[in-house]
Amino acid sequence: MKTSNSLWKQRLRTEIPEAMSQEIEAFETEMQLRQQDKVEDKVFAESRLRRGVYGQRYDNGQRHDGIETRKLDYAADGQTKGPDTVWDAPGMQRIKIPFGGMTPEQLELMADLAEEYSDGIVHITTRQDVQLHFIHIEDTPALMRRLAAMDITTREACGNSVRNITGCPYSGVCADEAFDVTPYARALTRFLLGHPDAQNFGRKFKPTFSGCGQHACGLTAMHDLGFTAVTREQDGVVQRGFHVTVGGGLGAVPHQAKVYEEFLPVEEMMPLAQSISRVFARHGEKKTRSRARLKFLVSNWGIDQFKQAVQEERAKLEDNPVWTDFLSAAETECETPLKAPGELTPANGDINYARWLRTNIREQSQAGYATVSVVLPLGDLTADQLRDLADITRSYTNGTIRTTVEQNFVIRWVSKSDLPALYQALESAGLASSGAGHVQDIVACPGTDTCKLGISASRGLAAELLERLTRRAAEIDPAIEALHIKISGCFNSCGQHHVADIGFYGVSRNVHGYKVPHFQVVVGGQWEHNAGSYGLPIVAIPSKKIPEVFERIAAHYLEHREPDERFPQFVQRVGKTAIRDLLDDLTQNHPEHDADPDFYCDWGDTREYSTGDIGRGECAGEVVSAFEFEMVTAERLVFDAQVKLDASDVQTAGTDAYTAMIKAAKALVLIQYDDVTNDPEEVIEEFEERYYDTEVFFDPFAGGKFAHYLFAAHKHQAAGGEFTQESAHHTIEEAQLFIEAVHSCYNRIRSTPVA
Amino acid sequence: MELQHVNLKIFADDHTAVDATACIGLFHDWIRQNALDELLIDVADYRHVPQGPSVILIGLQADYCIDNTGGRYGLRYNRKAACEGTNQDRFRQALTSAARACRMIETQLDGNPAPRFSGQSLELLINDRALAPNTPETHSACRPEFETFLDSLYGAGQYELEAHDEPRSRFGFTVRGGGPLDLDTLISEAN
Repeated sequence: MKTSNSLWKQRLRTEIPEAMSQEIEAFETEMQLRQQDKVEDKVFAESRLRRGVYGQRYDNGQRHDGIETRKLDYAADGQTKGPDTVWDAPGMQRIKIPFGGMTPEQLELMADLAEEYSDGIVHITTRQDVQLHFIHIEDTPALMRRLAAMDITTREACGNSVRNITGCPYSGVCADEAFDVTPYARALTRFLLGHPDAQNFGRKFKPTFSGCGQHACGLTAMHDLGFTAVTREQDGVVQRGFHVTVGGGLGAVPHQAKVYEEFLPVEEMMPLAQSISRVFARHGEKKTRSRARLKFLVSNWGIDQFKQAVQEERAKLEDNPVWTDFLSAAETECETPLKAPGELTPANGDINYARWLRTNIREQSQAGYATVSVVLPLGDLTADQLRDLADITRSYTNGTIRTTVEQNFVIRWVSKSDLPALYQALESAGLASSGAGHVQDIVACPGTDTCKLGISASRGLAAELLERLTRRAAEIDPAIEALHIKISGCFNSCGQHHVADIGFYGVSRNVHGYKVPHFQVVVGGQWEHNAGSYGLPIVAIPSKKIPEVFERIAAHYLEHREPDERFPQFVQRVGKTAIRDLLDDLTQNHPEHDADPDFYCDWGDTREYSTGDIGRGECAGEVVSAFEFEMVTAERLVFDAQVKLDASDVQTAGTDAYTAMIKAAKALVLIQYDDVTNDPEEVIEEFEERYYDTEVFFDPFAGGKFAHYLFAAHKHQAAGGEFTQESAHHTIEEAQLFIEAVHSCYNRIRSTPVA
Repeated sequence: MELQHVNLKIFADDHTAVDATACIGLFHDWIRQNALDELLIDVADYRHVPQGPSVILIGLQADYCIDNTGGRYGLRYNRKAACEGTNQDRFRQALTSAARACRMIETQLDGNPAPRFSGQSLELLINDRALAPNTPETHSACRPEFETFLDSLYGAGQYELEAHDEPRSRFGFTVRGGGPLDLDTLISEAN
């Protein structure tokens, strides 16, 4: 903890807007009250989350060191900053960057903060935020003051609130957009920040803006509230509006957003967002966190009922000038360039520069200008690099730079004649990697590096794949170069694995009696068209074999694709069975522990892998065999369900997914009760009594969430079991997650010695 | 002026390399063995970032980093918790902790050639822009504190101090000693 924290309070007193100053002081007070035990743990936790102060792995005061779980002896005298969260344990600070827009001065500030409070690294997230890690909670008020003095807030960066409002980083300079969404994203950010109607949500709420429907820059299909710019002509006048979608989201079970309105006039943008907030706050689930996102409300009600409720709330709102005050300025707002437009000179035989030009440069709609993508490996850069980037942005533009959802920066308004010099400057700063938006531009969530929920090392895998791809960058076929790889450390999808060409998410499995990190291989997703479709997991493969997975899929695609066939269409045509068959042998013939201990570690980590307390299981014999047998059946069924779904046989797909859950539940029941039959009623009854009521099945973080998937599917089946394309898709997702939960439960049971 | 949060880098010998990848395993061992007699929490892997903090051993009171800033490997010690005593005490504490960690890396890390750190070259910063903004005023006020400490290490007039002139940098100096100085001598001179 810094000894200088109080100095910033004095020095910045006159530079921070009063409202922001009061918020930070209120947080400081809450910190003091928590330290005096006058605020409940749980309440303080939500309070700090709403200021972007997030927990980090090992903040519960223990860590598995590869041999055993050991106590981390923090010196906080038992003080906590949330349930199971030690006061002194380092945490993460998330900093909201609306639509990713930053100034060079703000970049420099982030560099300073990373050096002084964090580990010298600034991380850009998949929601255009900035994150700093390993921060002491007592440093956060000073850090917030320094941000506030630069007009940046951390308020509502986490917690059950309106999260960072994202936006297309090319907005205003893109040739395909209807209009620049930047002023609308900015205005909505200000309007909803701290708005009374947006303070009582059961979960987070994520809005986004996109300038067009065809590209992925705004990812509207996977957001709670998506605004896509559209125009229409009425009586010879061009009107601005938004194509509005609601109820999208990734997470464990992804939902495609539903169309709320084909054309919403821009003056209705804020009142609609306010009305939806009111509906979400009043009717959204509050008790069961796993069902509390807006997507569940929209799904449960259906879009028509949801729309009716929103319209009723809209009718109650009194006109507010804030809704429209910004509109005339928004129509004319435009960034300006620093330099005159120019023409690009040839690459002069420099193949790295030529490749960078091909992959990182986009022509702007304004002639003579281009945007430049600055690729950050895993979203990371150093404080020095950030200062270099600030200098470069100042030298070549009027300070126009944005973060992106692909964890990069985009410099806007670069005169094309400056591109050679700008490339040189980026190269000197170690920021001239090519491949923006291509296969090397791998997106990964923090995973086991810092996230409390991480199961496998998503960043470790990403770094390994990145190194391999970089080594042979010059020889990668353009078809492979165009692929998107996205990696999550668990099923929660922070790495957006559902919308990758090839996605991975972390799971754990037992191999020869040891836990081994695995990744589910996810195919069939689509990044384009604002994340137009979601992929499904086809098979779990040990982490150390994942590079081979990529190589095989890529080679198969290259060999068998039709001319100009994109990867999602290729998967659709050849089928997931063919992809899975390619990988079949990677699911078996694993090395023994003593022969290859490295196989039992995760990428970038020398500790033997663990999801908690590691140990060879003591259960033995037939019961284990029966369990494994049933689980093989369950996994086969859920895969078959996917194949049926791809063939549009939605009824069989849904039924197979449901049956897979029954089989997995039966597998667990068999451990305790050999005579259980295949009757679903009996399986459910036995499972409920033995594993649900006793909470043995409960996930340490998600509780009984996954059992609810089983119960809901069973209820649905009992009621006739009709499936639509969408409900079958969801049931398959839920079946997969239920199966994972059964594996986890089994691992927990095996780790407990039999009395 | 109270100078807290000392940040000190001991450079690796130019003729040897520090294998950052091998340091991941070594740092995990240190956590397991409680090797530094202070709370060590985790290992952060940033090998994918060029010329940065490649691998960091994260602690509660301080971090230890295999640092490649500027393309020069070294061990960077970053004191996070407040440190009792005088400014001289705090410089000594940082140097002793960093040098001890370097020594352990030299002896415990396999390498060909084995990594070697040299006391001949240091970077000494104050990682706190509120306490020590990088201004001429701070420079005037604090340089004597640095010189007192460095005199005790290298002898008066036996080293060169290069101030970090870039105003955005943290206040501090790069130090070049006149002759070879091994880590053991460095530790002993500091104390």
